[in-house]
Amino acid sequence: MQHTITALVANKPGVLARVSGLFARRGFNIESLAVSITNDPSVSRMTIVVEGDDTVLEQITKQLHKLIDVIKVADYQGMPVIERELAMIKVNAETSARAEIMQIVDIFRAKIIDISDKTFTIEVTGSVDKVDAIEKLLEPYGIGELVRTGKIAMMRGAKTA
Amino acid sequence: MKMIGAQALLESLKWEGVEVIFGFPGGVVLPIYDCLYDYKDIRHILVRHEQGAAHAADGYARATGKVGVCLATSGPGATNLVTGIANAYMDSIPIVAITGQVKTTVLGKDAFQEADITGITMPITKHNFLLKNSKDVPEVVAEAFYIARSGRPGPVLIDIPMDVSLGQLDYKPVKNVDIPSYKPRASGHPLQIKKAAKAIAAAERPVLYVGGGVIASGASPELLELSERTHILVATTLLGKGAIPETHPHSLGMLGMHGTAYANHAVAHCDLLIAIGARFDDRVTGKLDAFAKHAKVIHIDVDPAEIGKTVHVDIPIVGDCKAVLRELLERVEAREETEWNEQIVRWRNEYPLQYGSDDKLYPQYVIEQIWEITEGDAIIATGVGQHQMWTAQFYKCRYPRQFLSSGGLGTMGYGLPAGIGAKVGCPDKTVFVIDGDGSVQMTIQEVMTAVASKIAVKVAIMNNGYLGMVRQWQELFWNRRYSGVDISAQPDFVKLAEAYGAVGLRAEKKEEVAKVLKESLKYKDRPVLIDFRIEREENVFPMIPSGQSIEGMMVHRPK
Repeated sequence: MQHTITALVANKPGVLARVSGLFARRGFNIESLAVSITNDPSVSRMTIVVEGDDTVLEQITKQLHKLIDVIKVADYQGMPVIERELAMIKVNAETSARAEIMQIVDIFRAKIIDISDKTFTIEVTGSVDKVDAIEKLLEPYGIGELVRTGKIAMMRGAKTA
Repeated sequence: MKMIGAQALLESLKWEGVEVIFGFPGGVVLPIYDCLYDYKDIRHILVRHEQGAAHAADGYARATGKVGVCLATSGPGATNLVTGIANAYMDSIPIVAITGQVKTTVLGKDAFQEADITGITMPITKHNFLLKNSKDVPEVVAEAFYIARSGRPGPVLIDIPMDVSLGQLDYKPVKNVDIPSYKPRASGHPLQIKKAAKAIAAAERPVLYVGGGVIASGASPELLELSERTHILVATTLLGKGAIPETHPHSLGMLGMHGTAYANHAVAHCDLLIAIGARFDDRVTGKLDAFAKHAKVIHIDVDPAEIGKTVHVDIPIVGDCKAVLRELLERVEAREETEWNEQIVRWRNEYPLQYGSDDKLYPQYVIEQIWEITEGDAIIATGVGQHQMWTAQFYKCRYPRQFLSSGGLGTMGYGLPAGIGAKVGCPDKTVFVIDGDGSVQMTIQEVMTAVASKIAVKVAIMNNGYLGMVRQWQELFWNRRYSGVDISAQPDFVKLAEAYGAVGLRAEKKEEVAKVLKESLKYKDRPVLIDFRIEREENVFPMIPSGQSIEGMMVHRPK
């Protein structure tokens, strides 16, 4: 089962290494990891998607808390949450296929951010499912390159992490 | 006050109450060593291998309750500390390891004696610091000590580049450390404590399972009161030895793989297991689904991550052992001795620890003699292996911080340098290192440290010419195929001791033991090595082979 963990950590050199090292040595499987600075420059926010059952999740959370640089750990299970991911997809776009691809882009409210004589580069944001879906639909045309940011998440409503 | 980073480092250490550093110099720590040369408030003990420094800092910390400090240079100096740091990490011992590092300007460029020690020690330290600026020295040292000694104690490393040591700063002592992301919890949740008190009142067959956390927390008085008020008997882990005096009628000795049979039976049949400052290590539990299977579990520990890590816990209580026990004592009612107490006594009488009664020289006999002659009052440090287990079984500890042994990592070579650290921290106590002939040779060079610094540790070598514990396993489970365990090719330990300037003694027969031990006590200004030629193929029993339960416990050698 997949869990999304949000960790607020001190914005210091090496914190990413500490967290990923912890996951590696305890055998926790990272599906994706997104990290960057927050509105407080001394704090970074990490969004980690892990694979595991509830016991594993409990240990992950507790072990994360043991790291001196980890300020807070939140697991949004069972709460109303907004999740987003961004992807850039470079797809083959020979003249004949172009119209179709543009239709798909339109349907997904994605954007074409680059064009060459052979390719489109598409930017899409949305839930992980949405990004998975557009990727699947574009596959038949031939995906040259794909990069995804990994999921980021936030609780709905006024409460903050 | 204006000074260079190296000087500020020493001032900061002094501010933290540091009185001694175990270290070995090198290029990038020259500035620090220059300051140490005439720094009157901190004693520097020069070891002969950095691993010795790390273990000495560890032994010092265990024996005194203070934070131990070791110092090494960059590159190989730092990497030589790794085993000792990992050892302290596994047993939750507060030490601060200071390593010199190459200048910040060449960091990451494979400079001479450069090693990414902060990267290397990340998984084996509670936290580590790489200093980049001289002005950060006082703050980092203060944080390092705070982290090392608070919550669940552990090793912290400070990596100090040479230019940081040489750079100028305006030193002011740090009065207050505040780390917003680190707030260890002291007192237990009142509702949980209430639940625990109720469970204790309702239990018919309760047992106390006590570990190193009780000693780290200084909770021995509370533990004793709890045990005496409720007549609940106490089994301890290797690291919990001395939490309750082992001469007390309520002490069941050590439990686990090589623990007493009666402690293991008590745990196997109890209906309430009260775990305090222990972590359900595999050497204690054996097969998890068969461990204490009739018991409700109360788990009191300062580290929330340990609760529920391996065993299901019914009443978890996160908090400092001493604080929680105090709160618990306000609610726990007195209990009388019951049938259960009598049952445990029956087990104790049926399965006592025992060894051969003939005239061969048995290691257990030597250890009992050491106990007699030291009146059970000496500080004991051990290596790892059979001798360690016999010492755990036969040296009855009377007080906490008496027994220094590598539990979690099981590091051979720990004994001698740890004993040295303990003697430095507790100069008025007799310190006996009970070691194996294999283990002692791993850090034997530290005999020179003891001689040069006049540290009068006694080293009793249980010499059977084997890597005994491995040989035992090979005898029992690998068809006596003694692969790589014969170390009868060994130095003459008496001559070796004398070569170092220490005293060397030997006993080959039972009747020589007491005499040689008495002799060893005479020397107050140099170490004594005693070569005890013990029975070669003696085994440690009881034994619950790994992965098995009490059903698989062997109380003696299979016929």
